[in-house]
Amino acid sequence: MPKELKSPTSSANTAQDVQGIWGMVVDQDLCTGCQACVAACSMENNVPFVGEVDAGYGRSMQWIRIERFWQGSYPNIKATPYQPVMCQNCHNAPCEPVCPVYASVHSLSEDLNLQVYNRCVGTRYCANNCPYEARVFNWRDYMDPRQRPELVTLANHFNPDVTVRRRGVMEKCTFCIQRIRHAEDTAASENRDIRDGEVVPACAQACPASAITFGRIDDPTTKVSQAADTSRGSHLLEELGTIPHVTYLAGGA
Amino acid sequence: MSAIAKALPNLRPEEMEDPKEHLMHDPLPRGEMNRMVLESMHTTTWKYWTVVTILAFLVVTCLGYAWYYLIMQGLGVSGDNRPVYWGVFLVNFVYWIGISHSGTLTSAILRVLKIESRRPFTRVAELMTAFAIVNAGLSIFMHMGRVWLAYWLIPYPNERGIWPDFHSPLMWDFMAITTYLICSSLYLYLPLIPDLAMVRDRSKGWVKTFYKIFAIGFRGTEGEWKNLHLAMNIFAFAIIPVAFSVHTIVAWDFAMATRPGWSSSVLGPYFVAGALLSGVAAVPIVLFFVRSTMKNMKYFLRPEHFDTVGKMLLIISMGWAYFYFNDYIVPWYAGDKWEKILTLFIEAGPQAWLWYLMLFCNIVVPWSVLWRKKWRQTPWLMAIVGILINVGMYTERYIIVPEMSTINRMPFTWHIYIPRVEVILTIGTFALFLLLYFAASRILPLIPNWEVQEGQEGHILRKIGKAKIPTISQID
Repeated sequence: MPKELKSPTSSANTAQDVQGIWGMVVDQDLCTGCQACVAACSMENNVPFVGEVDAGYGRSMQWIRIERFWQGSYPNIKATPYQPVMCQNCHNAPCEPVCPVYASVHSLSEDLNLQVYNRCVGTRYCANNCPYEARVFNWRDYMDPRQRPELVTLANHFNPDVTVRRRGVMEKCTFCIQRIRHAEDTAASENRDIRDGEVVPACAQACPASAITFGRIDDPTTKVSQAADTSRGSHLLEELGTIPHVTYLAGGA
Repeated sequence: MSAIAKALPNLRPEEMEDPKEHLMHDPLPRGEMNRMVLESMHTTTWKYWTVVTILAFLVVTCLGYAWYYLIMQGLGVSGDNRPVYWGVFLVNFVYWIGISHSGTLTSAILRVLKIESRRPFTRVAELMTAFAIVNAGLSIFMHMGRVWLAYWLIPYPNERGIWPDFHSPLMWDFMAITTYLICSSLYLYLPLIPDLAMVRDRSKGWVKTFYKIFAIGFRGTEGEWKNLHLAMNIFAFAIIPVAFSVHTIVAWDFAMATRPGWSSSVLGPYFVAGALLSGVAAVPIVLFFVRSTMKNMKYFLRPEHFDTVGKMLLIISMGWAYFYFNDYIVPWYAGDKWEKILTLFIEAGPQAWLWYLMLFCNIVVPWSVLWRKKWRQTPWLMAIVGILINVGMYTERYIIVPEMSTINRMPFTWHIYIPRVEVILTIGTFALFLLLYFAASRILPLIPNWEVQEGQEGHILRKIGKAKIPTISQID
């Protein structure tokens, strides 16, 4: 066996290897619940549309979803703010240690949760262990034109930077890692650091209210760090100790 | 009878039974017993072949074709959804692992404790262990999204330098089940050797060759018996912790997760108790059908054996209830928000009838029937109790797997789970279990003949005055 091959968890062990920790801020006071982020995410990441029947049964595969609840009983209803929920890219992610085949792994250099599609065997333990229910499973070959002939016209609409997943594979929001890689490559070729705001994931790009901010949270000067550092900020299910990288702002309006 | 009463005036009337009711005190000549066991193996009626044909058909369609359909279409044809990623396949897995405890407990523990009435029915239970593990393994493979890559769970050297992740409870599971399969197969095989040799000596042609291979040249010398007893003793002691660890690890698949309801430290022993309950409850069912359908079995399997299983079942049912209420009441009392919602969902939600069915089958039925010796000694009643307890334990696993995963910490994703193709595949696994059992009943002697004979030699009716008192001499 060649010596230079290492197991996926040991790729970056030292602080020098850290290439920037990415994080997101979602301002619930600005969010209008328009679902533009959901559509943009699906377009960018080749997320299949599962159809009416499967979606009604709880199998819709959006990597980001907009949650909203009613509080109280009928006459005195108060709606909670819109809450876009995507993979929180936890620092201490419950989905990672439970995968028997290292398909769900942690990037130590960027502190992201990675999903290796071609390693996934579909035990679905990661999704069971995700407290945010952020993971989605390919229940069928939704993207196979042999199974769904109406997709033939869509074949040229796929994003070439993102893998098309087949049945039996788990997937989730990647913080648009293909865009992070692209920005890293550009910055490296121009011999500079990545500028703040250079990486914009599809959901942030599509948001008409600019409710989503993305950037490096290890640098206190970035917009995302300053936005997260307000009294309005909170994390989802903070009590579980997962240390999520998405901060929600609410209560200011 | 009256002589015993005079000799031992303190005996209660129900204890003054005829010692000949016990198999150990009712010996037949060795040759006769060997003939009876062989006859039970070789007698096949048209009813037997009809049932085997139906079972084979069910295995081919419900297991073979339905699984092919599942693999080709993807898990969309099952009922799983978000948040219920683990459905009936995992229920079946836990259930079959539980059934596989029947052999270990009724055989190994009774052997270790030298309970003499175990002798004729240990093999019936051990066979269940072997076949149930086959089904448990199949259920896991059915559950996987890309089962054609299942070999990635095996730690083998490969060009990518990737090993399976031993942090994952699923890997522990995989290792534990493999260990258990190997151990229980050996444990089934060891006491089988003298019986295979017995069949070998009484068969001809290619059948003799078959038994010759598997009897590994057993001739019955003193040294061979000594080694056999030593090996069986080691295995009987060693397999008990293995069995406990296997089901604890099955429980850890759930207990290690960050879900309300699953994340509980008592789940390990609770699952062991549940496995013992469903496993031991399966023994009287099989005993009843073996006794009533196979020839000569009424001599070997008697009401006293149902009595032994019934007593165990009553104690285990109480143990299960103790663990269940520890697992159920304590988190509710602790008052965690999600645990409270989950408790309410289970006992008052749309599938609450399952919860009441479980309590009825696992507590009310055994506690109201098994306390009475006369009822414990009624084979058909014990079979019904066994079936009901198994229904209850299946329901319990159904509540733990799909129902508990319906409730999570993100209420937006809550969805009720309805099994689809899983139902057909479940029928297929049950048919496979029965088919394997039917096949084994004609290939292997279901009664450990030599153990019965050995026991009968140690049991003597000693004459004290005019009374005959049953005495047992130390055997091993």
